[in-house]
Amino acid sequence: MVVSMDALRAEARHAPGDILQLWKRNMLAYRRQPELMVFSTIQPVMFVLLFAFVFGGAIPTGPVEYIDFLLPGILAQSVLFGSTQTGVGLAVDVTSGMIDRYRTLPMARSAVVAGRILADTTRNVFVVGLMLGVGFLIGFRYHGTVAGAIAMPFVAVLFGQTFCWISAAIGTSVRRAETAQVASFVWLFPLVFVSSVFVPVETMPDWLEVVAENSPVTQTVNAMRGLALGTDFWEPLVKALAWMAGIMAVFVPLAVWRYRSIQ
Amino acid sequence: MADGSNGSSPIVVVRDVHKSFGDVHALAGVSLEIERGTVLGLLGPNGAGKTTLVRVLTTLLDPDEGSATVAGYDVRRERTRVRPLIGLAGQSAAVDDTLTGRENLEMVANLYHMGRATAAARAGELLARFDLVEAAERQARTYSGGMRRRLDLAASLVADPEVLFLDEPTTGLDPQARLELWAVIRELVATGTTVLLTTQYLEEADQLADEIVVIDHGRIIAQGTASELKARSGGEHLTVRVSDLAALEEVRQVLEAEGDGPPTVDDATGTVSVAVSNGPARLAGVVRRLDEAEVSIADIGLRQPTLDEVFLSLTGHRAESEPADAPTGAG
Repeated sequence: MVVSMDALRAEARHAPGDILQLWKRNMLAYRRQPELMVFSTIQPVMFVLLFAFVFGGAIPTGPVEYIDFLLPGILAQSVLFGSTQTGVGLAVDVTSGMIDRYRTLPMARSAVVAGRILADTTRNVFVVGLMLGVGFLIGFRYHGTVAGAIAMPFVAVLFGQTFCWISAAIGTSVRRAETAQVASFVWLFPLVFVSSVFVPVETMPDWLEVVAENSPVTQTVNAMRGLALGTDFWEPLVKALAWMAGIMAVFVPLAVWRYRSIQ
Repeated sequence: MADGSNGSSPIVVVRDVHKSFGDVHALAGVSLEIERGTVLGLLGPNGAGKTTLVRVLTTLLDPDEGSATVAGYDVRRERTRVRPLIGLAGQSAAVDDTLTGRENLEMVANLYHMGRATAAARAGELLARFDLVEAAERQARTYSGGMRRRLDLAASLVADPEVLFLDEPTTGLDPQARLELWAVIRELVATGTTVLLTTQYLEEADQLADEIVVIDHGRIIAQGTASELKARSGGEHLTVRVSDLAALEEVRQVLEAEGDGPPTVDDATGTVSVAVSNGPARLAGVVRRLDEAEVSIADIGLRQPTLDEVFLSLTGHRAESEPADAPTGAG
């Protein structure tokens, strides 16, 4: 792969517009594929309702109402599961030949992946909003500051965006959409469940608690809880942001490199 | 258009390009040139290396060795210069199923950075030209195979490319759709676009290409115009079609006497043919003898061998399975 100054200049000039084009394309695809909308909306809402009403009574969360404990966690879980769609979408584009079309066009190289992630992040904003609405209907309340209330869903969206890059690296490395899906869930499930998403980590066996306590998911969820409940949030927030920065530092270049070496 | 070459030199130059995938030598030293405004037909069976060469020339794949230029620009080192000048359609490219025909073309136009108004105008123009106006607001997933190919071709022409790469443009199409697409490609060629067409259909190269390059196992095994290639496989055939099948045996005997080898008899069509040298003189002789024997014939003529026969004589094996097979994978 040869990178010239010419190419870099063209990249910088065209990237914003080209990313927007790909964003638009992906948003249209979401709107027109009902199965994707179902995956994006009904599933997260169902999770909120099932956990709140089925598990809620059985999981002790101290003085905090379970729905208040649950909602930040389940927001993080939803954006994480949602991030798998980045890889699936890219794998579909590779299989269908769309990527080849894009790569013969004089467009910014980053646009296909970045446009995809921008669309998936837009969807995450929508999903997070929807789940907050459903949460409010079944009793979720903020207990902290207004700034915390605004920051909490923002952290969730940022977290989802981070994992979209991991998913993008997977989607551009495998050959099939189904493989991308499996290759994502196989590590996402343990990552989500071995964390403070659904239960306090203190209830886990010691060795597992250590793992859970240091997971990016736990740190992010704890930061979101702190922001929503008005409790301490700075320490987990800093750790969560450090995790996100670390993941991005590895997976943004990896995804871009994988995309460029598709042949 | 300012580019790195002058007007009279070949617009595509390929020099000794090699490309391997593991142990498979997809391209084992391919060199060729395409003159401006001409159609080069790259003919070969599945797996011959056709698609690999197209992918190298369209900047999708780096060659292991050798070099290639389009309009004077190196496809590896100057891909940002090459891309605005080329269009790609066929099995290597695609249309977006969830976008409408119009949205597909507008998106491509926008990605060529044409500006919104120009992009919309260009999309409308191409939809009209490719007979897709009625289907313009429908998602491409509802299109027939022929419509998809036309949309694909339209997308490859959005920026009015100097060189158009058509990678097996009619593979998998029914005969009617194929004929329609041929007509579209002929119109394009008439406007002066340079075309590299890959095909495994011998008839297609014959119909569309000025010059044919025959490729097999990553190597060029023959090159020339359709008639030059045909001449290489043993000259003309004299064919007689009888009006009464009862006369078939008598005609066969006449052709056996006049021809250069054993005649072939096709009962289904009532034809007998034989290879001949000095065709016109033999034709006169055959007509005279059939007339003397009072055999009534429906048709008589000299024809060139088919490209299928050419491929057989060049490679010792047949070029393809039946065209009805939908080929898959890299060609």
